[in-house]
Amino acid sequence: MQINGEFIAFFVLSIFAIGGAVLLMNLVRVVHMALALAFTLLSIAGIYLLLNAEFLAVVQVLIYTGGVSILMLFGIMLTRHRDQEGDSVRPWHNLLSFLGVGSFLGIVIHTIYNAPLTEITAEVGTFSTAWLGEAVFKQYVIPFEAVSVLLLIALVGAVILARKESKP
Amino acid sequence: MPITSYLALSAILFSLGLYGVLTKRNAVVVLFCIELMLNAANINLVAFSKYGLYANQTGHVFTLFTITVAAAEAAVGIAILIALYRNRNSVKADHYNMMKG
Repeated sequence: MQINGEFIAFFVLSIFAIGGAVLLMNLVRVVHMALALAFTLLSIAGIYLLLNAEFLAVVQVLIYTGGVSILMLFGIMLTRHRDQEGDSVRPWHNLLSFLGVGSFLGIVIHTIYNAPLTEITAEVGTFSTAWLGEAVFKQYVIPFEAVSVLLLIALVGAVILARKESKP
Repeated sequence: MPITSYLALSAILFSLGLYGVLTKRNAVVVLFCIELMLNAANINLVAFSKYGLYANQTGHVFTLFTITVAAAEAAVGIAILIALYRNRNSVKADHYNMMKG
């Protein structure tokens, strides 16, 4: 593996992403956790740029780093956020989860590094946002409409769920 | 870059999210970790749209739909959480045991 710009960029971005996720696990205040999550999502947008997915990188910044983080901050501020993430009542539960997730990660990494994956790279020069738009609005127009209906239903459902219930 | 690096990064992020879902007690933080797991899956989709036997840009379309569904899920999740908080006055996930038999 030769050291080139792509390797350095991938290394730095993945360190940022994993570091943000580890901070998300270890920080105490919930607002700090939201900041760590936003940092991780921003690094994932950089990973998309490395994979020649420019439009997806911008969408990731707009929706996740912008929209979902702010939505989560609303969720934190509207509920009780002053109490801190205390110790678990069942200390063996954390250890058991750690062992389970660790063995899962080990199996997945072992499978990935032994799988016969090809080194064929797509012709990234042909990747374009224009192609993406044509595909979404021609070939995938039915899923697109279904997703728009889903978004509308989610909007209405969220308003109904979070509305203050009137006392009968 | 070999594709295995991207897949390994995605697996690590997914495992961290899974660990958070299993251990965190604050329901908002559990929602954070679910978002992290969805993003880890998206990295796989985009990586396979660049590397692989039949690599083409269709993977980006799939990721766009995943991001949309994840945004809808986050909105409904926060709404359910606020309704639960209003009724139970707590955000601890292990206090929500109304449906326990």
